[in-house]
Amino acid sequence: MATEFIQRSRSTARFDSGKNLLDVKALKMHFPLTQGIVFQRQVGAVRAVDGIDFFVEKGETLGLVGESGCGKSTTGRAILQLYKPTSGEVKFDGVELTKLGGEQMRKMRRRMQMIFQDPYASLNPRMTVGNIIGEPLEVHKLAAGKAKTERVQELLKIVGLNPYFTNRYPHEFSGGQRQRIGVARALAVEPEFIVADEPISALDVSIQAQVINLLEELQDKFKLTYLFIAHDLSVVRHISDRVAVMYLGKIVELADRVDLYEHPLHPYSQALLSAVPIPDPIVEVKRKRIILTGDVPSPVNPPTGCRFHTRCWKAQEICAEVDPEFIEHAPRHWAACHFPGA
Amino acid sequence: MPELLEVKDLKTQFFTRDGVVRAVDGVSFQLAAGETLGIVGESGCGKSVTALSLMRLIPMPPGKIVEGSIVFDGQDVLKMDDDDVRSIRGNNIAMIFQDPMTSLNPVLTISRQISEALELHLKMDKAEAKKRTIELLELVNIPSAKKRADDYPHQFSGGMRQRVMIAMALSCNPKLILADEPTTALDVTIQAQVLDLLKNLAREFRTAFILITHDLGVVAGMTQRIHVMYGGQIVEKADTGELFANPKMPYTWGLLRSIPRLDESRKAKLVPIEGLPPDLIAPPPGCRFEPRCQYRREICSTTPPELKHIPNSKPDHEARCWGTQEGGWLVNTDWRQDIGSVKELEAIKMDVADLPPEVKRAEAAADTPPGAPGKDTRNGN
Repeated sequence: MATEFIQRSRSTARFDSGKNLLDVKALKMHFPLTQGIVFQRQVGAVRAVDGIDFFVEKGETLGLVGESGCGKSTTGRAILQLYKPTSGEVKFDGVELTKLGGEQMRKMRRRMQMIFQDPYASLNPRMTVGNIIGEPLEVHKLAAGKAKTERVQELLKIVGLNPYFTNRYPHEFSGGQRQRIGVARALAVEPEFIVADEPISALDVSIQAQVINLLEELQDKFKLTYLFIAHDLSVVRHISDRVAVMYLGKIVELADRVDLYEHPLHPYSQALLSAVPIPDPIVEVKRKRIILTGDVPSPVNPPTGCRFHTRCWKAQEICAEVDPEFIEHAPRHWAACHFPGA
Repeated sequence: MPELLEVKDLKTQFFTRDGVVRAVDGVSFQLAAGETLGIVGESGCGKSVTALSLMRLIPMPPGKIVEGSIVFDGQDVLKMDDDDVRSIRGNNIAMIFQDPMTSLNPVLTISRQISEALELHLKMDKAEAKKRTIELLELVNIPSAKKRADDYPHQFSGGMRQRVMIAMALSCNPKLILADEPTTALDVTIQAQVLDLLKNLAREFRTAFILITHDLGVVAGMTQRIHVMYGGQIVEKADTGELFANPKMPYTWGLLRSIPRLDESRKAKLVPIEGLPPDLIAPPPGCRFEPRCQYRREICSTTPPELKHIPNSKPDHEARCWGTQEGGWLVNTDWRQDIGSVKELEAIKMDVADLPPEVKRAEAAADTPPGAPGKDTRNGN
């Protein structure tokens, strides 16, 4: 089994572009830690995202999973330039976003939108639903006056809400309905690419499936490309075509959905998958669980070498010294581990 | 086996400005010593209020336990005076809450908080309590427990705090632990650690526990029996294997169909439960799930079904459904194949497009025609 993975193409995640909508190379996002009141000295940095490479193809859904604090949300925001990345490249449809000026970036934003986690915090409580969804149309001068109202009503209908609710305020809606409003706002400018940052984790179980189905329907209808960020591995498996696993600011594994879930190479992915409870007592009794000891280390001073070595049951000397490269171990299956495989 | 806990017809209500919220509306169940029970349901279904009622921790006002009895170890908790209840809390029934940060006191050291219960309930002296505290922390796998005992909660990570909560819950050897969403705030690898610990310790100490969660996956591997709650009522009771293999209530079917499974072999489309959860101030007159049920018939909207034994199932399997009960139209339905009437489904979908019930009610009260343009009763400050 292991020998199959020896044939490693040394090209570190050298993804051929062309059909890629998004190319991310060596992206780093560090947040400075400062000390002092008047003169702020930088005493360190939270390395939220610390050098990641991946690509997103047109029309696919890339799932980004990891535990809290692993940098997955920061990645999403850094791609949309909501944070200014510390270094690295973010190419969207061939255009380097990190070098764009304010006005040019604003224009690009029409093509990429975001859906946020908390439908209670991400909608302005003092704006009506009509204004919330209509605002992006105004900002990008896509519609005004009657055309705008019509477009807003159309969008409400698309996401499964009553089109006559434009004069309502967010507090009048339930959590699932608010998330639909957030989706309508993102769709307003007819984007190609949507970063969905934990779009269902604040919702009730019975409502989650409604929103997942809505996102899938919209993808088919409008040929959308998603970066789907979530901590729930079952949901990610369901919605994604490919999945990237993050740990402490790095992508440790990236593969097609089935490949990753059935043959995870990185020990962290293996542990993560084994930890997810399955709603079936017969399966649960038989499953062998890998219980990781300890907690995720701090991203301020991450462990040397492989970041996972402090919790890894396979770790050897080399793991503490050398940071493993992100290598294509099997076709379209990348992992960063010295001892990948089962 | 004598029952450790017997809850009968428990009704807990909250008296709010908008009306009476029937958070728990006639819940009955039993638990034997050492048994593990899962209570599953969505937010607002009354599962947490049930747990708080058992400990008499319902804030009064606005809450009140208006009816029912809770017999724990032969005594009716609802008839006790406050001192007696206090001697039961922590001592005989312990609780683990969802959020370990807000349920630990941030200005007291961990050891102070655990020994407090030991000194109070077990009448230990300070030195003894400290020694026991360290033992307990070791038991829940806190590394270098002796040193960490004098730390404050903020110096612990989320998973460690939850383990401290477990140590605290176990400190007085309770007969029953109520764990209310103990792992919801935790990451999946930490969740696995904590669940593993809880399961092993409960087995070791022969403690009965009630695990309250919204996650069917969590209860599948943890408990012997499961009660499913919806709209303040228990809608299905069965042992764990039976519930997953042979569920008998359309709501349970909906739950099982709507969650993606980690081990699903192909990309099947999820079948969501359409519509919105019921408003507990004015619950539906018939079956509480009727407005969202694709299998509904006339009788469901008029007469509430009782929790009854179901044909074609194990003897202790009960469900609250006209369709699956004796003589019903769903007795032989295979929930995996038949997802009910498409026409009904379309009708229910309209429900999501509509306003939530509480907004409608408020508007009816304010006597504003719904959706009237221009007229807005809110003061737009």
